[in-house]
Amino acid sequence: MSETFTKAMARNIFYGGAVFFFLLFLGLTFDTVQGLPKRDHRENITDAVVRGKHIWETRDCVGCHTILGEGAYFAPELGNVYKRRGGDFIKAWIKGQPTGAPGRRQMPQFNLTDQQLDDVVEFLKWTSEINTNNWPPNIQG
Amino acid sequence: MQFKSQAVAKPYFIAAIGLFVGQILFGLIMGYQYVVGDFLFPYIPFNVARMVHTNLLIVWILFGFMGAAYYLIPEEAETELYSPKLAMIMFWIFLVAGVLTIVGYLAVPYATLAHMTGNDILATMGREFLEQPLPTKVGIVIVALAFLFNISMTVLKGRKTSISLVLLMGLWGLAIFFLFSFYNPSNLVLDKYFWWWTVHLWVEGVWELILGAMLAFVLIKITGVDREVIEKWLYIIIAMTLITGIIGTGHHYFWIGTPEYWQWFGSVFSALEPIPFFMMTVFAFNMVNRRRREHPNKAATLWALGTGVMSFLGAGVWGFMHTLAPVNFYTHGTQITAAHGHMAFYGAYVMVNLTMISYAMPLLRGRSANSGPSQVMEMWAFWLMTVSIVFITLFLTAAGILQIWLQRMGSNPMSFMEAQDQVMLFYWLREITGFVFLIGLVLYIWSFFYKNSEAQAAA
Repeated sequence: MSETFTKAMARNIFYGGAVFFFLLFLGLTFDTVQGLPKRDHRENITDAVVRGKHIWETRDCVGCHTILGEGAYFAPELGNVYKRRGGDFIKAWIKGQPTGAPGRRQMPQFNLTDQQLDDVVEFLKWTSEINTNNWPPNIQG
Repeated sequence: MQFKSQAVAKPYFIAAIGLFVGQILFGLIMGYQYVVGDFLFPYIPFNVARMVHTNLLIVWILFGFMGAAYYLIPEEAETELYSPKLAMIMFWIFLVAGVLTIVGYLAVPYATLAHMTGNDILATMGREFLEQPLPTKVGIVIVALAFLFNISMTVLKGRKTSISLVLLMGLWGLAIFFLFSFYNPSNLVLDKYFWWWTVHLWVEGVWELILGAMLAFVLIKITGVDREVIEKWLYIIIAMTLITGIIGTGHHYFWIGTPEYWQWFGSVFSALEPIPFFMMTVFAFNMVNRRRREHPNKAATLWALGTGVMSFLGAGVWGFMHTLAPVNFYTHGTQITAAHGHMAFYGAYVMVNLTMISYAMPLLRGRSANSGPSQVMEMWAFWLMTVSIVFITLFLTAAGILQIWLQRMGSNPMSFMEAQDQVMLFYWLREITGFVFLIGLVLYIWSFFYKNSEAQAAA
């Protein structure tokens, strides 16, 4: 790098750039958070949805599945599973695990109660209604 | 080694390498579960293996960062560490907490672990990479604060160089952004939005400051190039990192319920994120070419150059490949992400730690460099591990492209599992390559003990 471009100049670009873009990020975050209620339909977050998310987390579902594309890539996307399969299928599926099919990927048996299964379905139903800019590309997730 | 207290870095480096081995072993288990789905089920389900794999990665890289700071800061500040004793206490706390957490994952069902560790009081668990029980998360904060206090006090009483300032900023940022791991709203969109404040602002933000500072330190030492030149490069690289990377967080905000304008912000800024990585490559090669001394540690030089190249390929090129919103619409949440993750983490954060360890460990063991044969073995390890990661990335990329083609394109898309069955060949190739990586890692560890007795005597 040329001698006229000094370390002090580089340092100032660093501090100036970091502060400016962090403030811009804060501004965008503020705007995003303001606008989110229209997109996440939080009025539909019932107690069941809250409990369902807690079950989702404490069974580490994200360790195999993705939800809105984030998580592990070992098992199907579940952000839109409510639309793909419906609530009854989801409950039957969870209850029927593991399949025990030799050599196939296995999902643990979590021994959820009927209430807990309903909660999980409510959580997945609410999730499927988030405005995700039309992601995923198709129903297969 | 110029200061006695730098010796505390040694156990940190040893622990880092030990946990690295664990990470790779669990990676191999997962890779095998990709092809033989019921392997080790129900004893180690995939999600448990994955938690262990990713959490060990994070913990060993943090061990590496802390070891690097304990080695680097006294030398830069030209003074003994503020408290070597505190550093050793924190070492044992962090190691015990880390090991207990892993044992917890393996020994108890996750829901039980969550219940036992207070997740019902403050729910923070069950989110990718932040699976740690509450006491572990609190422990990380305590260790981080004690560590930051220790190195900040050292810098305050000594010489304040740009390298140590940048390192301090990176490490403070690491601690501050980890605090978002305690925020877990019941609204999934908000949860995801701020989850990235830990995850993205770590790996594509403040961690790059740490990386830059570590690389700059080693390059000064092995090339003898003027500090002014190297620190100027460091500042301009990290300036570009934050200018592109902060708003670049937006590439995670395309499809999680956040507004559409993030597709523009995220695409444009993250498309620029390869720039600082490219500069890192140019920087490393430039400094080595302009070297003013022939440092006997050739292996460390190789690791430093490798960090530049591989972080550019893994984080820069493979990141760019799927970062534009119209592309990401199809690639999001597929094996493409896994491919990028593997090469980016290896190229940037694994390699910079191994660079630091390669440079510092011989000095910590009382010699300027390892013996010739030992260095040759270390370089073999470098090539085996690096080439393996390149191929693992290529195989996962192939799997990802096919997965997208089968599952997300066309009028009659396959289901997830049908598509997975079609790409099995690439998962087999990935797993075999994983074993080559393991051979490289074994050679790497062996090189520490190989024909080094003469070098020791000479020093």
